[in-house]
Amino acid sequence: MSVIKPNNRAAESCHNEVISVDRVSFSYQQKLVMQDVSFGVKERDFIGLIGANGAGKTTLLRMIVGLLKPSAGEIRLFGQPVQSFKDWDRIGYVPQKNALNPQFPATVREVVLSGLYGRKNMFRRLSKAVQSKADDALDAMGIIDLSDKKIGQLSGGQQQRVFLARALINNPSLLILDEPTVGIDSETQENFFHMIKHMHQHHNMTFLMVSHDMEMIRGYLGQEPAASAGKLKFYIRHSHDTQDCVESNLAHSLKGLRARMESGREVVTVGDRY
Amino acid sequence: MEIVTSEFFQRALIGGLLIGITAPLMGFFLVLRRLSMIGDTLSHVAIAGVALGFIVGVYPIAMGLLFAIAASFAIEKLRKAYKAYAELSLAIIMAGGIGLASILFTAGDSMMDVNSYLFGSIYTLDNVDLYTIGGVTAVVLIVIISQSKELFLITFDEEAASVSGLPVRFYNVMISVLTALVISVAIKIVGALLVSALLTIPAACSLIIARSFKQSLMTVIAIGEFAVIAGLLIAGVWNLAPGGTIVLLLIALLLILLLVRRGFRLGG
Repeated sequence: MSVIKPNNRAAESCHNEVISVDRVSFSYQQKLVMQDVSFGVKERDFIGLIGANGAGKTTLLRMIVGLLKPSAGEIRLFGQPVQSFKDWDRIGYVPQKNALNPQFPATVREVVLSGLYGRKNMFRRLSKAVQSKADDALDAMGIIDLSDKKIGQLSGGQQQRVFLARALINNPSLLILDEPTVGIDSETQENFFHMIKHMHQHHNMTFLMVSHDMEMIRGYLGQEPAASAGKLKFYIRHSHDTQDCVESNLAHSLKGLRARMESGREVVTVGDRY
Repeated sequence: MEIVTSEFFQRALIGGLLIGITAPLMGFFLVLRRLSMIGDTLSHVAIAGVALGFIVGVYPIAMGLLFAIAASFAIEKLRKAYKAYAELSLAIIMAGGIGLASILFTAGDSMMDVNSYLFGSIYTLDNVDLYTIGGVTAVVLIVIISQSKELFLITFDEEAASVSGLPVRFYNVMISVLTALVISVAIKIVGALLVSALLTIPAACSLIIARSFKQSLMTVIAIGEFAVIAGLLIAGVWNLAPGGTIVLLLIALLLILLLVRRGFRLGG
């Protein structure tokens, strides 16, 4: 459905490009992994990036978050080139689960709090305000009861929620997920997608999610890719209230997310049958 | 028991208590970063520096420190050359350190007592040694306490640390330099061959019992202190080698903890 916008500038202002990838190529040891990839993620888009193993999904993500440098082209985050981007607390990043060590001696709460330890957030002491941020994130993910458990004692699905809570503790407006459901049973996956769909619909968050298998979320993002580049396919869905520019710049607070999600569960599930 | 009141024993105790804090703390971070063997490697290179210090008449611990720092940078460089086989760099540097040390030990007419640096000579600590160890302990504690959150993030998830804007490379260098500092001063206390035990075994114990990161930091220090005090007393009373006694006590403690945990599992 397209809407004719009376004021183009206003419309543009709530369609700010959060990520722009401009003719990016990447070579690894003289081998070209990716050539001339361009795409943009606008505010409150949900982008699913699918490709077989070796298609370059993770490489692309790692370039977007500045862990790898493109051999050519440019990547911008919120309008700024990645190299000089400083506002990292606007971005929540959930790395591949198998990149982390589950035997690490830390509690769930310590892991979630570590989401605040970036350069911009060097809290000297863990103040009450910081602790309550952690409580909100833990509660939003439904894992507040587990907060004193050692991370290694949790199931794969629970650990995934912990990493999501860690990414959410800064109230980011962009969430980047790298294969978030690998090694998780299908019921847990379904709950997980329910959660992130809810955040997309009702919390004005922008999502970029990478997967090699999008069966679970295909219903949400549509059957046909919106674009493709090499072996990478992009599926896109805009938020329900995309036209609503008023609150577009601020993600809703995490507080009460779960309560709202539980109460809205039926509506969201029905709305999901496309 | 009169040994306990003697001055050399009390110096030994002070030096031991200080190194019992710093070595397990640095070791804990190394173990979590899967670099357990780095302690062994750096101490073998440091021993070459100590030997050179004796030959040229420079404070041996300082020379050992320079060698250890140089080695930690060399390890990083080699690790990049053999990305998939990172521990190969440790084997190479360690061999190089021992080779160099063996040449320096036998070169010239050095008055160095080789055994005292291989196996430690905690009873010969002088005031300069104690001040050096005290200084190193202060530096390590200040850095770890003030940077504990950043160190947590870097050891838990280096990528996330990098994404959130932490200067990961700076922290890696900092960990290497601090480790080199601790190892150089620890050599005289437990000896180059045994330093690695004081770095890694408390961490191995804490992985069994601690339930959180904060608790782990407390646990490694408690275990380090216990082993040093008990080890020195036992060694003093029965006239055993103090470095070796401390290390064997640590291993005994680790075995007990493993058995207790097994008992819990079987029982529960």
